[in-house]
Amino acid sequence: MLTITPYHFLILSILLVGVGFLGLLIRRNILLMLMSLELMLNGINIALITFSRVGNNLDGSIFVFFIMTVAAAEVAVGLALLVALFKKRRSVLSDDMALLKN
Amino acid sequence: MTSVDFLFWIFAILSVGGGVCMVFSKHPVSAAMFMIVSLVGVAALFVLLEAFFLAVLQVLVYAGAVMVLFLFIIMLLDVGPNASKQKITHLKTGMIGITGSLLLISTLILIVENGGGTSNFVHSELPMQATNSLEFSTNISAFGYGLMTKYMLPIQISGFMLLASMIGVIILSKRSSPHDDA
Repeated sequence: MLTITPYHFLILSILLVGVGFLGLLIRRNILLMLMSLELMLNGINIALITFSRVGNNLDGSIFVFFIMTVAAAEVAVGLALLVALFKKRRSVLSDDMALLKN
Repeated sequence: MTSVDFLFWIFAILSVGGGVCMVFSKHPVSAAMFMIVSLVGVAALFVLLEAFFLAVLQVLVYAGAVMVLFLFIIMLLDVGPNASKQKITHLKTGMIGITGSLLLISTLILIVENGGGTSNFVHSELPMQATNSLEFSTNISAFGYGLMTKYMLPIQISGFMLLASMIGVIILSKRSSPHDDA
């Protein structure tokens, strides 16, 4: 049987969520921020499938299926919003979206 | 060290390394390529967890549809040359971001180490005895059975949500045209 334990998978999922969170915080490009969001969702998916496998319960895997559906819809709407914003501002950097500042 | 361990370490390094390269790459197109590497690594980890259907779905939906959409938008907006000249972040934002994400990672690891009370199941072997009526299965038919019985309402709602997002995207892309009077 495997010598890799669920612990390894959970640590890996935490690392993926952390790297995605880092990208979400530090990047100025909104496209890259959306990609980091996808990375965080992937980390969560790994944790869900690990728990699903350990607990011998299919609910976690089915939840991953729904997360994938929502993520695909979210990317489509987010990128459409980004294109609309780019047509108005000619920029995809979050620094230029400072209308309420000052 | 068995071959499964070896594969786990390869794909773990591939997925996390791809993510780190994605976060720190200057050009958006190369960031998208690193993201595809990371997503395929995650799909391989799904295979190691014996969630074969979800691994196929991961490659089809994420590495296929979502990343193609990202690349298409990058090409459409043509943000590559401008964005790659500038720095990816400010120094202050970078410091705050690294501190914040290290805080998040350490907190989550602490929860995994200490959580679950007395039953320290995360260090146990992978297969355990059945506890629920809907058991984990590598079979797609079990998946479909679960979706069509226990999760009938959620799958209808997610279908409706996909329809709503499709209509929303169509309206957004119509409204943003300059010759809009209606």
